[in-house]
Amino acid sequence: MTTLTAPPATTAGPAPRRVLRKTLAYVALIAATVLVVLPLGWMVSSSLKRNNQVFTIPIEWIPREFRWSNYVEIWQQIPMATYLGNSTFLAVTITFLQVLTGSFAAYGFAKVRFPGRDGLFLAYIATIAVPWQAYMVPQYIMMQQVDLINTHLSIILLQAFGAFGVFLMRQYYLSIPDELCEAARIDGLSEYGIYRRIMLPLSKPALASLALLTFVNTWNDYMGPFIYLTSNELWTVQLGLRSFVGQYQADYAMIMTGAVLSVLPVMVIFLFGQRYFIQGIATSGLKG
Amino acid sequence: MAHVMTQPAQTAPSEPRAPRRRRPWRNTLIGWSFILPNFLGFALFTLVPVLAAFALAFMDWDSYSTPEWVGLDNFERLWGDENFHVALRNTIYYAVGHIPLTMIAALALAMALNRKLRGVEFFRTAAFFPYVTSLVAVAVVWNMLFNPTAGPVNLFLETIGISDPPRWTASTDWAMPAVIITSVWRDMGYYMVLFLAGLQTIPREYYEAAKVDGANAWHRFWSITLPSLRPTTFFVLVMLTIQSFKVLDLIVVMTDGGPGRSTLVLAQLVYREGIREGQFGYSSAIALVLFLIVFLVTVIQFRINERRSS
Repeated sequence: MTTLTAPPATTAGPAPRRVLRKTLAYVALIAATVLVVLPLGWMVSSSLKRNNQVFTIPIEWIPREFRWSNYVEIWQQIPMATYLGNSTFLAVTITFLQVLTGSFAAYGFAKVRFPGRDGLFLAYIATIAVPWQAYMVPQYIMMQQVDLINTHLSIILLQAFGAFGVFLMRQYYLSIPDELCEAARIDGLSEYGIYRRIMLPLSKPALASLALLTFVNTWNDYMGPFIYLTSNELWTVQLGLRSFVGQYQADYAMIMTGAVLSVLPVMVIFLFGQRYFIQGIATSGLKG
Repeated sequence: MAHVMTQPAQTAPSEPRAPRRRRPWRNTLIGWSFILPNFLGFALFTLVPVLAAFALAFMDWDSYSTPEWVGLDNFERLWGDENFHVALRNTIYYAVGHIPLTMIAALALAMALNRKLRGVEFFRTAAFFPYVTSLVAVAVVWNMLFNPTAGPVNLFLETIGISDPPRWTASTDWAMPAVIITSVWRDMGYYMVLFLAGLQTIPREYYEAAKVDGANAWHRFWSITLPSLRPTTFFVLVMLTIQSFKVLDLIVVMTDGGPGRSTLVLAQLVYREGIREGQFGYSSAIALVLFLIVFLVTVIQFRINERRSS
């Protein structure tokens, strides 16, 4: 009997076991993801509630009635459009300058040989190791001396020329073979021509990574605007939201609505470009 | 005569070398022209402030006085400043909680997501969401989740039988744990990406061979996954350490150092003394200590890693 039932048991065994294992894997995945995303889910759900329904016992994960009007009222309650505009302006300008000057300088560091180049690059790397918190005071003094406190320009100047972009782009350019540049030189292309016609098109993924990381970092930055921008009409979304929380502490639903609006643009951008985003992190491992 | 004869002979072979000799000159010019636009901004707004920070630490300067060398005076004052001791302790407390917890959470997430399953991409994206969420939104949401009376966290704790749940950001004892939990949640997706990249370099054959030898999952984790991941783990450890010691924005938004001084950290003290109070010299001394701590810890980690791998 045992010898007869044994063979079918071994052949039939793996299939259900594989199904079971797969199911378990999915259960673990879903459990982990739900745990991670739960606070965000609560944020979205609360943003669609009436204020007195945010803290209910037991918790209502799905609002009884969806109050989409929160999303209309917030524009009148705080100058959300101004804040979004400021954030967009800063993030776009800084990203543009960082990508442009960063990739340009990276070409100099990766493909042009000249004395002193490596020492100079070392200075770039060394400052990446120094936490920004350690030199924010001298930066502030400088900006105070030239009267740039409370201007967008101060933020742009401080963030657009970071060493990070140079570092990331140089890593990528080093992976492009020198023979390619050499061949182009023989064909009579100038160094600037090589950069524009060969390097830029080839480094599109790295450019996308840098652009996305810079944009998200600038959009989410709190300390920079917090230190430098004092007038309300210059504030970014982050500052506006923070001050809203301070003013209307008990306006829970509206605060969550503001939080969702502040996160939404970055989420959309991240969803579209996540491949480059994650590649950028995996190759550099550094934050901007 | 011999002179005249050799001279053309000397210039003739150098003729083709001429462009090559001109090159270093030209290359230097070209190289600098590429680097200059970025370098101007970098030198002015990063390099100079970094160097200035070191010098300022040895000066007495507030917004009203003229700068003056005072040697180690600032550090002496630091030693007697109770705020500094509190901030140092809190920073270490934060680091000791944040580093291992983020590491474990990130590795666990990466292991769960490192499978060839349909739809795994979707889960990876979702696990990364917290990291792209802005800090203000994160702080605001978690402050509400941690609401002592009606927040979902405490409601949950009550349903599992804890009748007296902590008051989180409203209490001096539990504010730091609340900050740590929030920061672990926010950062784990970022380090998960690094761990995932590391996991994908481990050859499948290792696991198959171990399975043949009868090693169970726990065994395989300890004898294959962890040793193979060592370079990644080390890198993550260094990054996390640096990040923990310079923590600032999350605390400014979530608790502003309170209640009392229970979550006051070093970087925040730099901000308060330097930018709010205008004590440029004194705050730079704190900043220098912060930098030296980060630097020392990193060097020690590198040493340990070298010894282990040799």
